[in-house]
Amino acid sequence: MPIEVIFFIEVLAGGLLAGVMYSLVALGFVLIYKASGVFNFAQGAMVFFAALTFVSLLEMQWNFWLALLVTLAVMVVLGLVTERVVLRPLINQAPITLFMATIGLTFVLEGLSQLVWGSQPHGLELGIPDVPMEWLSQRWNMNISQFDLFAAGVAGVLVAVLAVFFQKTRIGRALRAVADDHQAALAVGIPLQHIWAIVWGVAGFVALVAGLIWGVRNGVQFALTFVALKALPVLLIGGFESIPGAILGGLIIGATEKVAEVYFGPMVGGGIESWFAYVVALLFLLVRPEGLFGEKHIDRV
Amino acid sequence: MLYREAGQFKSSYAEDQQIFPIRQDRIGIGLLLLVAFVVVPLAGNQYWLGAIITPFLIFALAALGLNILTGYAGQLSLGTAAFMAVGAFMAYNFVLRLPWIGVIPAFILAGLCAAAVGIVFGLPSLRIKGFYLAVATLACQFFVLWALQRVPWFTNYSSTGVVTAQQISLLGFAFDSPERKYLFTLAVVAVMALLAKNLMRSETGRAFMAVRDMDIAAAVVGIPMMKTKLLAFAISSFYCGVAGALYAYTYLGTVEPEAFTLDLSFRILFMVIIGGVGSILGSFLGAAFITLFPIFLNLASGWLSHTFGMDISHAVVSNLELMIFGGLIIFFLIVEPLGLARLWQIAKEKLRLWPFPH
Amino acid sequence: MILSVENVSLAFGGVKALSEVSFDVREHEIRAIIGPNGAGKSSMLNVINGVYHPQQGKIRFEKFEFSDMDPHRAASLGIARTFQNIALFKGMTVLDNLMTGRNLRMRCNFLQQALWLGPAKREELQNRRAVEEIIDFLEIQHIRKTPVGRLPYGLQKRVELGRALAAEPKMLLLDEPMAGMNLEEKQDMCRFVLDVNDQYGTTLVLIEHDMGVVMDISDRVVVLDYGRKIADGTPEEVRSNQKVIDAYLGVAH
Repeated sequence: MPIEVIFFIEVLAGGLLAGVMYSLVALGFVLIYKASGVFNFAQGAMVFFAALTFVSLLEMQWNFWLALLVTLAVMVVLGLVTERVVLRPLINQAPITLFMATIGLTFVLEGLSQLVWGSQPHGLELGIPDVPMEWLSQRWNMNISQFDLFAAGVAGVLVAVLAVFFQKTRIGRALRAVADDHQAALAVGIPLQHIWAIVWGVAGFVALVAGLIWGVRNGVQFALTFVALKALPVLLIGGFESIPGAILGGLIIGATEKVAEVYFGPMVGGGIESWFAYVVALLFLLVRPEGLFGEKHIDRV
Repeated sequence: MLYREAGQFKSSYAEDQQIFPIRQDRIGIGLLLLVAFVVVPLAGNQYWLGAIITPFLIFALAALGLNILTGYAGQLSLGTAAFMAVGAFMAYNFVLRLPWIGVIPAFILAGLCAAAVGIVFGLPSLRIKGFYLAVATLACQFFVLWALQRVPWFTNYSSTGVVTAQQISLLGFAFDSPERKYLFTLAVVAVMALLAKNLMRSETGRAFMAVRDMDIAAAVVGIPMMKTKLLAFAISSFYCGVAGALYAYTYLGTVEPEAFTLDLSFRILFMVIIGGVGSILGSFLGAAFITLFPIFLNLASGWLSHTFGMDISHAVVSNLELMIFGGLIIFFLIVEPLGLARLWQIAKEKLRLWPFPH
Repeated sequence: MILSVENVSLAFGGVKALSEVSFDVREHEIRAIIGPNGAGKSSMLNVINGVYHPQQGKIRFEKFEFSDMDPHRAASLGIARTFQNIALFKGMTVLDNLMTGRNLRMRCNFLQQALWLGPAKREELQNRRAVEEIIDFLEIQHIRKTPVGRLPYGLQKRVELGRALAAEPKMLLLDEPMAGMNLEEKQDMCRFVLDVNDQYGTTLVLIEHDMGVVMDISDRVVVLDYGRKIADGTPEEVRSNQKVIDAYLGVAH
């Protein structure tokens, strides 16, 4: 194969795999939105907090699995506290109000993370090296990282599990009911507080996974909170309520962003990855305001 | 007993429509302006003027701009800092390339440039709403900042990407000391606040609020959707642009992209939320709060470490600041979504009855 | 003939809201649209007003013929309306809500308004005067500065009527203006509706469930059922029409 094609495939693969990582973060947003109608801007801070907690425990020489479990427990507790202190008083307020409350939550989490664990960056190792897959590099002269593929695999499994959970189980149904209409869900006897606790717990788990993956990639440092910002264009394209949409949106954003960065970036001075994803999402929205799988809103007068 | 309205009857609609219909309020605002224009520059120390009061006024103006867009017209925007940046950079370029133009026209032109950018990035609001729109404004924030950094024309081909703001002078009167910069800022902000107040209680303001409250009903009543939304973006961006120009010229002294990050956008949004959405006064109260709070926190931690011998590091203080800010946002949203402005209103209501309980 | 609805059909996905409905409205008359729930009455008003676009058929208003109206244009042509679920601007006072009804008559641009000089101030006060007449007419002086969200349902409905009247419309579409009101409030509303028709000559098209009201105040009645017109005539004619009786009693067909 000619070298340009190989290079393009490498770039594309890199983009798709980066997209998968975006999807991991977006998944957390979708979960919470699907189940409580809240757009949780604090998801990025949650990713950061989870990763930082885990890494700090590891550095205190804790056992890997113990640290993982404890971090997960912490995230669940965080979810419960958030639900009790922030969401419950704001039940049935306008979505914008809840959104702004999560912006407040973001700042609280950011401050808390650094207050408790300090603000130095940490490295993270999960045992899977970030080296090209030998099979691909020897056979076809292509460099695609093992770690990226591992991340993609993890994301795939997570998505499958969550999709089944929402569609097939009783709790999943209850979650969808709650997202649709809080009052109605209460009226049919769905225990709202328990449901939200579960959801935020699961979202916390997803945040932990995302935090670990990103932490290996970029190190666990404050900049990790900005991955949330990267996930937003993914949500715009995939719709806020769709798990498959988060994956598809992630792939689209990741691929287009990488390709644009490599092929068009040098023409305009580089650095376009700070805004390119957003502009793509914006243009997409102008064509389909509710995203690929989002639900069309019909205003009844 | 001081704040009685008794005896103050309005005998015409004109009187009823005044900004300050109660005489005591008029006296109050007169005193405030007197203090602001005369007493403060004479009595204030340079540090407070330059580092606290002037930026407070500038942020109040930016918060005013954002309030027009988000508070009155209901279009959530996270790109405030980008509009400020456009104002700052264009003001620099106008003063640089058209030195005969004078500072006020330069600022106005800079504001118009910001308004133009606002209109372009406001176009999506015709199709998208709510958080989707907020995310779209993030596109504006990132793109504008990137453009200002990468296109060398904006910084006059400076190698560092940072340029010094020129000295501003009006008819030969140079605004070089903190007192003079303060007075310049005060004058600009006072005038623009008055214009905004007039605008928001006229048909434009009502149209904005109608679009915010129920846009289908607004259309049914005859309010033009596109024109109204784009006007909101334009006016809001104009205000933010002028605020950005002031930020560069009377406070920072430099014009650099790094001063206008997403962080600033969020700070201004917090000022609007805490101060009160849909309120001119709220923009000032919120700006005052957010400007003064870190100082208060620093003083408190200094006092604590002095009294109790604890050594509270700077990092701890700034993290606590983050947490308390976030906590306050949540607190205000739960307890008083209409912010400090509403609390002020309630206080005035109580004052009207004082010293009687009801 | 101020309004003529010709062969209008409207469908949402698979649901047919209106099927080939035709009727007309004479100038200055009070025309009632009645029918069981789900008959398509609100949809009909929404089509006239441009909120929905029919797949088939035309609306003729005065000299204009259209099948693709938009609400803003309808307002500028002189059509005003109220809604079943109250579409007031909850964040504004009664006075401000009524003033929004005057927006098509306000010519000053935003710069003039910001400066509040002569023209802007004059225009605002002029329109304020006009709105105050409506406030007097509807007897809502005591709540003019109250935020609308705090008013009881009956008063909100009255304010919504006021906002529609503020536009000095040629034709007023009222969607269940008396829903949820007690007897006294209904009598007040009827009085207002009749006065509007008398004093200002406004043509009225109203949807109403209360048969007593319909029989008392309307000149002619259209009856819809399952999106089709099943009767059209004076209240007496319609009341004794067998198809209408069947529709309301739910006889299978």
